[in-house]
Amino acid sequence: MLTVGWTATAAELPPTGASSCSGCHAVSASLQTPVLRLVGRPAADIVTAMQQFRAGQRPATVMDRIAKGFSDDEAAAIATWYAGQKE
Amino acid sequence: MRLRPTRRAFLTQAALACAALSAAPAFAQGAAGRVVVIGGGFAGGSCARALKRLDPRITVTLVEPNAVFTACPFSNEVVAGLRELREQQFGYDSFPAAGILLAKQAAVGIDPQARNVVLADGSRLTYDRLVLAPGVDLSWDALSGYNEAAAERMPHAWKAGTQTELLRRQLAAMQDGGLVLIAAPANPYRCPPGPYERASLIAHYLKTAKPRSKVIILDPKDAFSKQQLFQQAWAQLYPGMIEWVPLSAGGKVTAVDPAAMTVTTDFQTYKPAVANIIPPQQAGHIAELAGAADRTGWCPIDPVTFEAKLQPNIHVVGDAAIAGAMPKSAFAANAQAKVCAAAVATLLAGGTPVIPKLINTCYSLAAPGYGISVAGVYQPQNGLLAEVPGSGGTSPLDAPAETRAAEAEIADGWFRTIAAEVFG
Repeated sequence: MLTVGWTATAAELPPTGASSCSGCHAVSASLQTPVLRLVGRPAADIVTAMQQFRAGQRPATVMDRIAKGFSDDEAAAIATWYAGQKE
Repeated sequence: MRLRPTRRAFLTQAALACAALSAAPAFAQGAAGRVVVIGGGFAGGSCARALKRLDPRITVTLVEPNAVFTACPFSNEVVAGLRELREQQFGYDSFPAAGILLAKQAAVGIDPQARNVVLADGSRLTYDRLVLAPGVDLSWDALSGYNEAAAERMPHAWKAGTQTELLRRQLAAMQDGGLVLIAAPANPYRCPPGPYERASLIAHYLKTAKPRSKVIILDPKDAFSKQQLFQQAWAQLYPGMIEWVPLSAGGKVTAVDPAAMTVTTDFQTYKPAVANIIPPQQAGHIAELAGAADRTGWCPIDPVTFEAKLQPNIHVVGDAAIAGAMPKSAFAANAQAKVCAAAVATLLAGGTPVIPKLINTCYSLAAPGYGISVAGVYQPQNGLLAEVPGSGGTSPLDAPAETRAAEAEIADGWFRTIAAEVFG
């Protein structure tokens, strides 16, 4: 499988929507910002946060507005992918 | 490529890499292909990096003649004396370490049939896929009397750099009681809330330094980005200092005269002390040379791959693209670039790109510590990028000061995060 370029690449492609997140959520641990890092965070934490943002049950600045653009399945895929990422 | 190569050295390397790959279609050989990215801003820099990260075997060449990139987001703080221009500036030293070849000269032509880019020194870069990220060009003479010479007297400051500092110096030199006039452009243009953030931060400066002065915004529009939030902030922070003249009240500027320092609308002629003229814009010129721009001056794109509708194998990201509901912002440019990179890597490997979703978040400062935002989530719909129903929107009206302060802090964090992602 690894000899076929596409297959190797496919494994690395972030799921739908995930690549936008790093505009605000820093990948690098050396960057100090008020926004939580997603890299390596437990998937369940991210899923819960997205559900709460969408439901207006969690204090938010922009994430309440952004979470409403993603389904549960999409949020779960993004969460799983970030949980498996390393810096 | 640990050491920064000389221009000739890396061009030779790039040429050798191209020669080695040009014998046959790249993926048929098991190689990943050659991508040339033109433009080293938020869109192009992001795309080059994302491509190399997704598939290190892709030969990625970034074409950028400037040694230093000067970022527009937060440059209104420079205008208002709240920040220094050097805090807006980033170099390209980290790109070679990421495996990206740098061609430090301008692209002066594209041959879509032969799939190569002509550089200023006459050399050519062959590509399997080309990504154009040229940003905007100002449309000189689209507004009567406004050309490059006029901009030395009436700065646009819409491309960050010497123009930003010129506007700042003019404001600093202005007498108390002077009129600052901002001519906003019609849609579409880079950074939709930018003229109104600029008016806010200039008013912030004038409020303490020159309190008898006034800001007038002449606008060829009857509505603008984050309008209610800005107008609420102006009423709270700068009562009587900022006047917005919409299209319906005669706000459309028809001519400027830099020698006389006059700005004319259909209804009257203004004689400001400082005139900030933000002219109409279009995609950077290389997009037109590539045949990727349409009669509007912008580039229609496929919303899944960002491939130009007018030119196969050429993709357009960032401000130059017609991205439907997505605004021309640095955040959008970065998000588009990453989606485009995934599509290009997939296409080079013979796959089918997936339907993307993209986010935009755009912060403005009405004053230091007073941040407001618009956010959105976008997906392809009817050949354009459309907002996902029910998502997005602006900051709440009538929010407490803590909310505005939190958004200002996050805005600052966003800038440092995106700058680090793109420039290392």
